[in-house]
Amino acid sequence: MTMALTPSAAVHAIRGNLATRRRNVTLGLAAALALTFALALYLGDFPVAPLDVLRSLLSPLTGEVNKGVDFIVLNVRVPRAVLAVLTGMSFALSGIIFQTLLRNPLASPDIIGISHGASASAVFGIIVLGLSGLWVSVGAFAGAVLTALAIYGLAWRNGVTAYRVVLIGIGMAAIMGAVMSYLFTRARLFEVQQALAWLIGSLNAANTGDIYPLAMALVVLIPLTIALLRTLDAMQLGDDTATALGARVEFSRLGLILAAVGYAAFATAAVGPVSFVAFVAGPIARRLLNGAGNGFLQAGLVGALVMLGSDMVAQHALPSIQLPVGVVTGVFGALFLLWLLMASNRAGRVN
Amino acid sequence: MSAEHQFIAAGMDLGYGDRQVVSDFNLTIPPGKLTVIVGANACGKSTVLRGMARLLAPTRGAVYLDGKPIHTMPTREVATILGVLPQSPIAPDAIVVADLVGRGRYPHQGWFRRWTPEDDAAVAEALRATDTLELADRPVDELSGGQRQRVWIAMALAQQTDLLLLDEPTTFLDINHQVEVLDLLTDLVRNNGRTIVVVLHDLNLACRYADHIVAMKAGRLVAEGKPSEVMTEAIVAEIFGMASRIVIDPISDTPMIVPIGRHHVGAKVLA
Repeated sequence: MTMALTPSAAVHAIRGNLATRRRNVTLGLAAALALTFALALYLGDFPVAPLDVLRSLLSPLTGEVNKGVDFIVLNVRVPRAVLAVLTGMSFALSGIIFQTLLRNPLASPDIIGISHGASASAVFGIIVLGLSGLWVSVGAFAGAVLTALAIYGLAWRNGVTAYRVVLIGIGMAAIMGAVMSYLFTRARLFEVQQALAWLIGSLNAANTGDIYPLAMALVVLIPLTIALLRTLDAMQLGDDTATALGARVEFSRLGLILAAVGYAAFATAAVGPVSFVAFVAGPIARRLLNGAGNGFLQAGLVGALVMLGSDMVAQHALPSIQLPVGVVTGVFGALFLLWLLMASNRAGRVN
Repeated sequence: MSAEHQFIAAGMDLGYGDRQVVSDFNLTIPPGKLTVIVGANACGKSTVLRGMARLLAPTRGAVYLDGKPIHTMPTREVATILGVLPQSPIAPDAIVVADLVGRGRYPHQGWFRRWTPEDDAAVAEALRATDTLELADRPVDELSGGQRQRVWIAMALAQQTDLLLLDEPTTFLDINHQVEVLDLLTDLVRNNGRTIVVVLHDLNLACRYADHIVAMKAGRLVAEGKPSEVMTEAIVAEIFGMASRIVIDPISDTPMIVPIGRHHVGAKVLA
């Protein structure tokens, strides 16, 4: 710190530096995402030249039609990439909200049972009720919301503590796992295969119709999140400090939990419980920012990037086989989890 | 800078679940003074502070701020008058000092009023008062316990409230840092006319720094007033169940409690 500055100017300069770092990280992530998105439109089994991709994208405006290429770009690649971006962002926001509220990096929806609830419900729908398509998604959504309510209800004891939510959530994940195992033992092979494909989470069958429910949900959820973020800045200091600062803690916590469950439920309904995107996005964003912000916008970008990048690997890594995206995020997330545990061990902290 | 505020607990019962911790507590906080609450472990002194800070709703009675029941006032309005530093605030990972202290500006901001030069000035003043200006760009994780405590006090100061409640702000600090923190609180009372209420563990420092001392036992107020009038051997025996001798603190001329245990007691005392 330069001593020539007045104290006020020094504070202003420090805040300015933080804002600059925040902006640089955001711009960097946005640029990486734009690049990956462009690559996702370009890469594929059917070769399309970059200029033709551009021409297809602009065809609704220019009226220049090339049916085959337009179908590949506008009806296959664009919906798939857009869905990857939206679901990645949703998983990430759900994860970082839970992680911040519960002050624990393990507290993401794919670890505290919300994804498991969605999965068990979807598997029940596929195997017992014989559902398919959109109805599986509806079932998954209902499962996520009901599981979240059950966790919140069971964790409630004159208020909700992070510790109880995480423990009860992990217990709930185990119960839902048991429910799924039971359903699998009762099912026929074809149904198991169908259910498993859904469980791993995939963008392979992405189409424009999958995008609308999620996009409409985001139109509601994102403003709600932004409205409550300022309170979260105070809540990060602990409930007592936040109340002392004049924040409406219980009200904001309920709103944020609803938003987080909404993100997880709609994204899971759209692409299945793609693992670990919710878990890794927040910590990666915060590490990049290194104290220069709460990292919500950046986590959303990281989530979109992880999802889109993983899907590209899933599509193109092995010749002639398209892997489900969940396989790639699973490997990536598992490595990240190991690294997180090792890093926190070295620092001598539990979380 | 300070306006005088009337701050009163009237017939307050406090508890957690079915367990009642504080009973029929009445206290008028003297404005422009440093009030210290003392008592044995688990006597309810922190609970009283939480009740007065509207962090815990009384099961009976009320706390009045300028005549209005504090638990029904808009919490943000309270936050512009009353600042609170709870016992164990949490610093987010990797946050830097200036950012943490800036969180104290929360009640002064809103949807349409974001960060302003006035906020910069308030943070700078809080850092200066707590002698933490040179730490402003450091991550809070890297600070020593004493530095961290001063930064948290700076956060509460940045809130720029006339009333300030602190729950054991000297716990875990070395004696030199304890004295530093209490000197700082005294500055704030004497130079800025703030009203401060603090819960302390150390009886002798409490007697030295308190303008007004409040002694508690088992959830009830036992005595209050100037330390020199309140702190008698009988009161110490009552609140701590321990024999003691009161001498005059050679530095501050305030009461100093010298405990009498079973061992190391000189012949003169036994006689």
